[in-house]
Amino acid sequence: MKIDLHTLGPLVALVALVILGAALNSAFLAPANITNVLARSAFIGLIAVGMTFVITAGGLDLSVGSMAAFLAGIAIIAMNAALPTTGLNWGTILIGMGVAILGGVLAGYLNGALVTKARIEPFIVTLGTMSIFRSLVTWLADGGTLSLDYGLRTLYRPVYYGGIGWITWPIITFAIVAILGEWTMRHSRFGRHVEAIGSNDRVARYSAIDVNRMRLLTYVLLGVLVGLAVVLYVPRLGSASGSTGVLWELEAIAAVIIGGTALKGGRGRVWGTVVGVLILSLIDNILNLADLVSPYLNGAIQGVIIVLAVVLQREKRTAEER
Amino acid sequence: MTVLALDNVSKSFGPIEVLHGVDLALEPGEVHALIGENGAGKSTIMKILGGFLDPTSGQILLDGEPVHFASGPEAEAQGIVVIHQEFNLASDLTVAANVFLGREIGGWRLDHAAMRDATAALLKRLDTRIDPDARIRDLSVPDRQMVEIAKALSRKARVLIMDEPSAVLTHREVGALYAQIDRLRAEGVAILYCSHRLDEVAYLADRITVLRDGRVVRQALRGELTEDGMATAMVGRELQDFYPPKGQPGDQPALEVRGLTVPSRVRDVSFTLRRGEVLGIAGLVGSGRTELAEGLVGLRPSTGNIRVEGREVAIRSLRDAFAAGLAYLTEDRKEAGLLLDKGLRENLTLATLERFGGWRLDTRAEDAALERATREFDIRAPRRDMPAGKLSGGNQQKLLLAKVMLPDPGIILIDEPTRGIDVGTKRQIYAFIRKLAAEGRSLIVISSEMTEVIGLADRVLVMREGRLAGELAGADMTEDSIVRLAMGVTGEAA
Repeated sequence: MKIDLHTLGPLVALVALVILGAALNSAFLAPANITNVLARSAFIGLIAVGMTFVITAGGLDLSVGSMAAFLAGIAIIAMNAALPTTGLNWGTILIGMGVAILGGVLAGYLNGALVTKARIEPFIVTLGTMSIFRSLVTWLADGGTLSLDYGLRTLYRPVYYGGIGWITWPIITFAIVAILGEWTMRHSRFGRHVEAIGSNDRVARYSAIDVNRMRLLTYVLLGVLVGLAVVLYVPRLGSASGSTGVLWELEAIAAVIIGGTALKGGRGRVWGTVVGVLILSLIDNILNLADLVSPYLNGAIQGVIIVLAVVLQREKRTAEER
Repeated sequence: MTVLALDNVSKSFGPIEVLHGVDLALEPGEVHALIGENGAGKSTIMKILGGFLDPTSGQILLDGEPVHFASGPEAEAQGIVVIHQEFNLASDLTVAANVFLGREIGGWRLDHAAMRDATAALLKRLDTRIDPDARIRDLSVPDRQMVEIAKALSRKARVLIMDEPSAVLTHREVGALYAQIDRLRAEGVAILYCSHRLDEVAYLADRITVLRDGRVVRQALRGELTEDGMATAMVGRELQDFYPPKGQPGDQPALEVRGLTVPSRVRDVSFTLRRGEVLGIAGLVGSGRTELAEGLVGLRPSTGNIRVEGREVAIRSLRDAFAAGLAYLTEDRKEAGLLLDKGLRENLTLATLERFGGWRLDTRAEDAALERATREFDIRAPRRDMPAGKLSGGNQQKLLLAKVMLPDPGIILIDEPTRGIDVGTKRQIYAFIRKLAAEGRSLIVISSEMTEVIGLADRVLVMREGRLAGELAGADMTEDSIVRLAMGVTGEAA
């Protein structure tokens, strides 16, 4: 088994970032900071794992950020509305969680159905639904903020801040989803089919694979994971507005690409995506902790990393061809 | 007066020498056929002549003078044009824009009228009716090839290197191609013609060079070498009989098709396939052969009555076909058959993954299946984890056959079993097909190569314009009678 430097590239970059962070600021390795970085990575991370499947199958979903805002909005509205009848208890919160997840299923199904049944380009479909979800949540909030009832917020808070020791629930959820995602991509029939479809959907069709159904499933899976991210996100601030989840879709796609998944599909690396997510949030964190470079340049540095990651992947391809 | 020649040319890739001291001379007004099995070094020679590769040792002589081409375009500037098997045309541009691509007439403002007129003149010279304003994507494959030839002519080609130009053409279109080649020959163009079809080599070539393992093993003039002689020279051993002996099909029907219709492609086709039979389907491209097969296995919506082993089955998807014991090997190996960027194992098991574990795929069982398949079908791969696209055409085809055979189907439809593969592998595939029939399986073989249909099949159905035009068996299976049925010739010219 030879070691592939290009596949390990993102991992090496991640290790380098950790060393750099530790060197620049002693607070970097403090448990509180690590918890903070990982927990904040969890939202994008959950979405990015789902995005890995969508992209690997040759699709794309630009709507996830807006979808998250919309799902957070309707979950909050549902909980607030249920509160007088169900009372201040976990039952009410479970209703909100259910609304977020079920809403994710439906939103993912909508995207997937438009792509596979109406045969519209994924870019166009999700550009449209991105706009729709964003507009809906802004309308629901009437241009302002949808806030969760104060009592419910207090009750719900531990889902984001609590956990086992310093390992909070978002970190645990992200870890479990990442492991399941990696396993599914590598070792399950579904993962193999997803890769085959992204590699060449005609070959997949001629191999008796239900291409449309599989594609649809990747969008539904992504919807569910967006719903799960929302379940963990709502207790953090207890509110949603028209500016919730802005640019999450690009961060998720960037993480997938940095992780070595091909944007044209056919080759998915879930663990790479996890590394990509961590790289992106570490850059943000290090810039905030160290005053070496202005945090306002965060976007520029992330941009350079994305381009660099793709260049490295391309070099790999030409090296293989020789 | 040799135009272009190789003088004692060798070529190595790393430590491996693939061409050993090759001499080759192209004369103006002569068709020079280059034949050899896959891997014999044909494409390396073409690439060296076309300026895409440098020889490791030896010389390229242009008009007797040593030359060095830094790139393909540089060779093209000297009048050496290669027509690749995969066309080099921008499918969204017009014919005229393609012909003049990179050498547009006009300065800042393109002179569309001049380019169109020049293209029209070229196309007229080639005796085709292609509209210079048509987009390439709207043209048929043979028309695209004509555009490639027109493009070559517009570059004042003195040497034309053609890589299996007839592989994508039907019988009638091949006739048009030969006419163009005759015309170019008469105009004094030197043509290097690579082909796997020995009958056309015998027909076209003024001079034949046979290549084996990177060496020239035989050079002959027209008429000096029979098709059998060519095959023997290529393979390096005596070919007893190119096709395996035919078997004795049983009497029980394995597959009965009644009134199969694929909307706007195939109309009301009925036939019976007997157990242990190899049934050939011939016809021109576009006659509905592939569509018939795809309709039968659920890849296209179809209506009609299908019985397998006497039991009526409803096939609406490829899954249904598998369940009924049918399998289909596509004609489009690279775009519908194999995932070229995936490994051998992933390709082999793709259509039958449910046999390799439930939720968790059993890679060990997959590896074992690959082990069996490589042995049974003699798939030669340097490495197991190499992408399927890096295999030679013949080994790709064997891998595809192994993939199709994995569900253990009783009825196998094979569309173009030997397209673009070398003689040695062809024989192997023919032997596999016969062996499958001898095991009691029933096969349908669709092919554009008439000799293949005749040599392989027990019985031939001929299709024309989506319908069954006729059936031939035994001594009645001749090229002439197939062509007549396929073209609907009853006296008048088709």
